[in-house]
Amino acid sequence: MGRKDIGYETINLGHGSGGLMTRDLLDQIIFETFSNPYLDQKHDGSIIKVDGELAISTDSFVVSPIFFKGGNIGELAVNGTVNDVAMCGADPKFLSLAFVVEEGLPMDDFVKIVESIKKTADTAGVQIITGDTKVVERGKGDKIFINTTGFGKVHPKAHISVGKIKAGDKIIISGPVAQHGMAIMSQRDGLEFESTILSDTTNLNFLVNDLLDAFGDQIHLFRDPTRGGLASVLSEIANDTTMGVSIKETEIPLDDQVAAACEILGLDPLFVANEGIFVTIVAAAIAEDVLALMKNHEKSPRAACIGEFTNEHPKKVVMHSIIGGKRMVTPLLGEQLPRIC
Amino acid sequence: MKYLSEYRNLEATKKYLDLIEKTATQTWNIMEICGGQTHGLVKNGIINLLPENVRMIHGPGCPVCVTPLNLIDKAIELLENRVIVCSFGDMVRVPGSKKSLLEAKANGGDLRILYSPLEAVNIAKQNPDKEVVFFAVGFETTAPANALSILHAQKEQVTNYSILVSHVLVPPAMEGILDDELSTIDAFLGAGHVCAIMGMEEYYPLVEKYKIPIVITGFEPLDLVQGIYMALLQLEKGEFKLENQYSRVVKEEGNVEAKSMMASVFEIADREWRGIGTIPNSGYRLKKEFLAYDAETKFQISSITTPENSACIAGQILKGIKKPHQCEQFGKACTPANPMGAPMVSSEGACAAYYHFSNNLIPS
Repeated sequence: MGRKDIGYETINLGHGSGGLMTRDLLDQIIFETFSNPYLDQKHDGSIIKVDGELAISTDSFVVSPIFFKGGNIGELAVNGTVNDVAMCGADPKFLSLAFVVEEGLPMDDFVKIVESIKKTADTAGVQIITGDTKVVERGKGDKIFINTTGFGKVHPKAHISVGKIKAGDKIIISGPVAQHGMAIMSQRDGLEFESTILSDTTNLNFLVNDLLDAFGDQIHLFRDPTRGGLASVLSEIANDTTMGVSIKETEIPLDDQVAAACEILGLDPLFVANEGIFVTIVAAAIAEDVLALMKNHEKSPRAACIGEFTNEHPKKVVMHSIIGGKRMVTPLLGEQLPRIC
Repeated sequence: MKYLSEYRNLEATKKYLDLIEKTATQTWNIMEICGGQTHGLVKNGIINLLPENVRMIHGPGCPVCVTPLNLIDKAIELLENRVIVCSFGDMVRVPGSKKSLLEAKANGGDLRILYSPLEAVNIAKQNPDKEVVFFAVGFETTAPANALSILHAQKEQVTNYSILVSHVLVPPAMEGILDDELSTIDAFLGAGHVCAIMGMEEYYPLVEKYKIPIVITGFEPLDLVQGIYMALLQLEKGEFKLENQYSRVVKEEGNVEAKSMMASVFEIADREWRGIGTIPNSGYRLKKEFLAYDAETKFQISSITTPENSACIAGQILKGIKKPHQCEQFGKACTPANPMGAPMVSSEGACAAYYHFSNNLIPS
């Protein structure tokens, strides 16, 4: 896709006025990029046919910096919502897309983000069918915020619910933890450090679909450990059941470089954000087959079984440490703050 | 990760745990000085792998925990007066008398979380029309970098940079603990990283005066169990020596360059410790010739005083007289989300470490 030029170097308040400048921005960038039968109607909204159960999920994206190693805010806005719909056991097909842009954002950056959204949406097999663009005064936003809402039909064999989890169920993670958070951290003002850590942002809907095709309601839960990391997600799930969670530190996939960055910055990888992995809770009888399927899938070659649900220590997550000790894993409180020494 | 994974080895750690079990014939109370060691003990679940008669007492070596309330209030006062305040991460959530630095930031204060005070000097250079203050908390480990930032600011003629000094020193705190008649400490694990800077020299007189074993120890699981074992061997034999478990990092003379940099900028002074009170000669202040970089002098805020919460037993926790879960407020009125005292705030604080990592797993 070639670089688009609508004659402005930056986004300004006029682009959100609803007047001709808005029309230019929409026609030349948004509608042209995302053209599809729904959007081409240029109506206030889109009408879609619904058959069966529909999963809907919404998310807002405010990441800083907006461009980072391994992705940008546009990719996150698509993959994040696509994955949230997929975690419901559904197949995302449509997205809404709303921008809040701070005046002064370079037009090139905006176009880069829009093009990236298009490419990511195509890869995930979703269409942008409605949207909105607002511009706020300088200082009232942080370059660009994006909200997306995803819609998808629930897989006919899916029955995803915390209520289905039983003691003995296995906990499988689809890939290494803490990649996204540490990629962002490595480029934050004041913390910059040299690394080749890439964000793991990717769409997980096809993998989820393959798992549901193969194992149906034997898969009890999907959850993506985004903000708050693996520790927060496992604590939440345990708290929603009457069982405890037991995990093994040695089984949790973690790249050496990510582990080293966490050590240097005094962060616990279990609390660091992820974007392109999920946790699935499955019946013990199918755990090995699930793992085999996942290891052979391009999105999850490093999938691992990290633990199980147990009748011991109800509602609590206990991790068996590398050296054979035990510790409680609690959810993240506020933002994770680096330790002094 | 080389130099880390070797020290997180299951077999080697087990070997030392077995030796500890076989060696300890009576109850011994061993204090690990440093908050990083407390963190390592609890995070790796070492505490419940130790035999019942080897009791770890968590010392006062968490800089966030011993920083007095009034200094936090002073930092907040600066933040509310349009000063850019820079701080290490886990200091910002510690509640002052009314709010934390993080809450003052939410109200519009310009707070920056940094890993290095040199970065604060850069911020001062980039904002010549603003004052920039680095909240210089910590033990002997953070002092060299803070001293360097002053020398750097002086060399670069950066006049809008200063530091709010809250530097404390380990050996006077150890003496303070041993002088307390309620103290039951039989041996110390010395703070590895503090000794990496200061060397071993200061600890020989302590060993002699109090006839107590001190083993300078690292932070990884294997370091910790080896340090505990070395201390036990001395205790069981009735010996008291200074030993260095962390010899891959700690040298007899320490880091000579860092020490000389600190000596050029700081001088020894009395310091207030949160929950313990003022300990004579237990910290640093800026020397007279560097008072232009002293935030308390520059902004005339030294008169701010704040009393501690009387229900908080931080002092007894920091001296090792009580364990966190023996506090009536622990996990009830006082939690990491609503901390009454600093040991519940910092991830290195004994109370927070217990709350996060042990909860119902700790031996009573």
